[in-house]
Formats: sequence, C-alpha cells, structure tokens
Amino acid sequence: MISHPRFYWGETGNVLTTPLFKLPIPSSRALVPTGYGYVLPDQNGWSRYLHFQAAWVVVLTGLLYIVSALFTGHLRKNLLPGKPDRSLRAFSTAIAHHLRFERPSEAEAWSYNMLQRLTYLFVIFILFPLVIWTGLAMSPAFVSAVPATVTLLGGQQSARTIHFFVSLALLLFVLVHVVMVCLAGFRSRMRAMITGRAGTHMERT
Amino acid sequence: MTDLSRRKLIIGGLAATAGVSGLGLAARIARRYGLIPPDHGGIYGLGETLTYASQRLLTRHSLAREFHPSQISKRPLANEIPPLNEAFKRLQAGGFADWRLSVNGMVDRPASFSLAQLRSYPSRSQITQLQCEEGWSYIAEWIGVPLSHVLEVVGIHSQARFVVYFSIDPNWWESIDMVDALHPQTFLAYGMNGNELPVGNGGPLRMRLPRQLGYKSVKFITNLTVTDSLKSFGKGLGSASPETGYAWYAGI
Repeated sequence: MISHPRFYWGETGNVLTTPLFKLPIPSSRALVPTGYGYVLPDQNGWSRYLHFQAAWVVVLTGLLYIVSALFTGHLRKNLLPGKPDRSLRAFSTAIAHHLRFERPSEAEAWSYNMLQRLTYLFVIFILFPLVIWTGLAMSPAFVSAVPATVTLLGGQQSARTIHFFVSLALLLFVLVHVVMVCLAGFRSRMRAMITGRAGTHMERT
Repeated sequence: MTDLSRRKLIIGGLAATAGVSGLGLAARIARRYGLIPPDHGGIYGLGETLTYASQRLLTRHSLAREFHPSQISKRPLANEIPPLNEAFKRLQAGGFADWRLSVNGMVDRPASFSLAQLRSYPSRSQITQLQCEEGWSYIAEWIGVPLSHVLEVVGIHSQARFVVYFSIDPNWWESIDMVDALHPQTFLAYGMNGNELPVGNGGPLRMRLPRQLGYKSVKFITNLTVTDSLKSFGKGLGSASPETGYAWYAGI
C-alpha cells in the first residue's frame, strides 16, 4: 500500500493511468508522484513474508473454527439470531435500543444480542471469505489455475481495491471489538474467552 | 489434572509420535517432489513453503491469463532501473550486435547465443500482464523465444532442477524451478508490442515469467546456468531477492 498508494478499477493500473483514488500519504517508491518531497524506506520484503504467513494462519484456524462451529452447534446456538429475533421488526427495535445506548437486560448480558450475532455472521461469512478471495485474485499463479477468481471481480486492480476496503473493515471490527471488551470489563471478558465460561460475578467498570 | 488417566497418556503419546513422524514424512515427500523453496529457513519459512508447495501442486501446467489486443496498455510503464553499467553502455552503442547469452552448467552443449540467433528460433508472442509486487500493473504483447526451446538446443541433464539467470548488472540474478523453466509461457523476450523490446522495459533481452511477480522477470539477461542445487549461488537462498528480504517464489 505504501509502495503504491494509488487504487484503480479494472485489469491494470500504474502511474501513467488515472487512479480511482489516491491515499494522501508518502510512498516508499520514487516512481509514485505523491507531492511529498521524500521517499520512505522500503519495507515490502519482510512485510510481504509476514502477510502470507499470517494469511495461512487465518485460513487454517478459520477452517478449524468453521468446522468446529458447525459440529458443536456454536453456530446455531450462539451466532444465528434466535427464532423471535428473525424479523424486520425485531431488527429495527434492536437498532433503536442500541442507538439510545440502553443497558442490556440481565438475561441479554449472558449471550450475544441480535446485533452482535449479525455482526459476527457478517465478519465470518462475508468479510473473511471476501478478503481471502480478493487476495487469491491478485496471485498471478493462482489465477492461472482458477481464472474466474479474478475475472468475476472485473480485474486484478479491482481485486486489489476491494481487498483494501475489506481489510479496513476487518481492522475496524478488531478495534471496535477490543474497545468493547475493555468497556465490558477486560479481566472478566478475557477470562470468559480463554476458559469458555462466563464469570460468576460481573465486573463493573 | 485429576482426570489424566493412563489411557489418555498412551493415546496422547501415540498421537504426538504419529504427528512428529507424519511431519517428518511430509518433509521428506515434499523435498523429493521439489515442494520446498530455497528460502525455507527463518521465521517466515513455513508460510513460504506452504505457498510454494500448494501452488506447485495446483499450477504445474496452468497457463497465465492472456488478453485481447484491445486490452494492451497504451503506455507500457518502464519502471525505474538501477544505473546501467559501462558494459551495457558499450553494447548499447553497438546496437546490441555483440550482446551474448551464454548458457552453461548441467547441459550437453554449452553455448553462447547472439540476439540474431535467438531471433532465428521459432518466435512466440503472448499478451500477458506484468504485475509488480508494489501494486501496479500493465498489459503488453511480449515476443520472444520460449526458454524451453533454448534449453532443448543445449540439452539439459536429467538431474537439472533449476535454471539460474543473470542480468548484466552483477547484483541482479534470479532462479526458477524446472516447472517454470519448461513452462510454455516462460520466454526470453526480445520484443514488445510489435517492436524491439525498449531498454526501459528490459531490452534487448529479458526473462518473461507471467505466473510470477515482475521482479522475477529480470532485465538485460546475459547468462543462464542450469543446476541441480542453488547452494553455491550467492548466499544459497536461490536468488538475489531473498538476500534483500524478498521471497524467492513470487507466484504469491
């Protein structure tokens, strides 16, 4: 991103073509006209290695998570909204409550509410598959075997642009998630995440 | 733990043994079938090996996407190149008439080809994308002789496993495995979009490898060495790229 902070739509794009948009940041390549009088040091080598190592961790643990969520009933019990919540009316009520910053009822505090469930489902079944798909669409070797990976997205530069936005969405999710954990009581939430059991007394912050 | 029974201990021990020997076996099979890249060491080695191995299994014979002539980029971007050395400038002044590509190593008939000789071989063209690791790309028609044809002319030994290729710039060299070396789209390119290959795009002779990122398509090629091991080249990591922190395999 820093070596080429310009984004395009379609198959190709470079400094001689018109970008869809540019990020207002300096670049690590002198080739890119950024308007800044300096060039940042190149960090692409190790960060590229780290990126793909992390990608393998995400894919392998992600698969393990999906399979176990299906078999243990985690998906059905904790992530799909409960029967009474599966209506537009319930959805709009939940949004309204949320916007008014109402405290959840005691019962609700012990499981995910509908909005949390929908967010998790969106992250697990939309954002993660999309970030993996658009990532593979940028691999010249992978698309030689499965060309539809990139043609369905309208080109390799389109894939890069979508990959950028989906990564931002995932980053935002992580940040909000960490903030919510801190607000809800860092120690009790961490204990619950690690042991899989909610604490016997709620921590107040 | 109070519920750690003898049965659990035995099962756990067996599982651990099976796991470790399974990994050992997997590593031996992977090495045998050429699924381990030369830069497999270090903390990022595992991810790199998984990528290379899985793509080798998936993309052994697959062809890079080719495009319609109407999709050729209006202006093929000539990326920055390191300053050209005296040897290059001398050859350039002579119109590259004395440019030579020497081929040696594990071959029956080591040879040195002029550009005219390379042009006399059946020429092929492909309209493919050049994708830079930085994020930009362009599409061009590349004209050249398939590397496999040159390797056939010199006759490679059956133990050959890699082709190492060198630019006239001594710090610029790469290598590929035989799957890529014999791939029909791997070219020694001397032309682009119907003309001679411009110096800015790697002329007079450039490696062209559309299934990997641009940095594997080394410019100004003067030597090919066929080998069964990369250990004796540079730091033994396969090419100049891993020595500066970049992956040897760039199929990503």
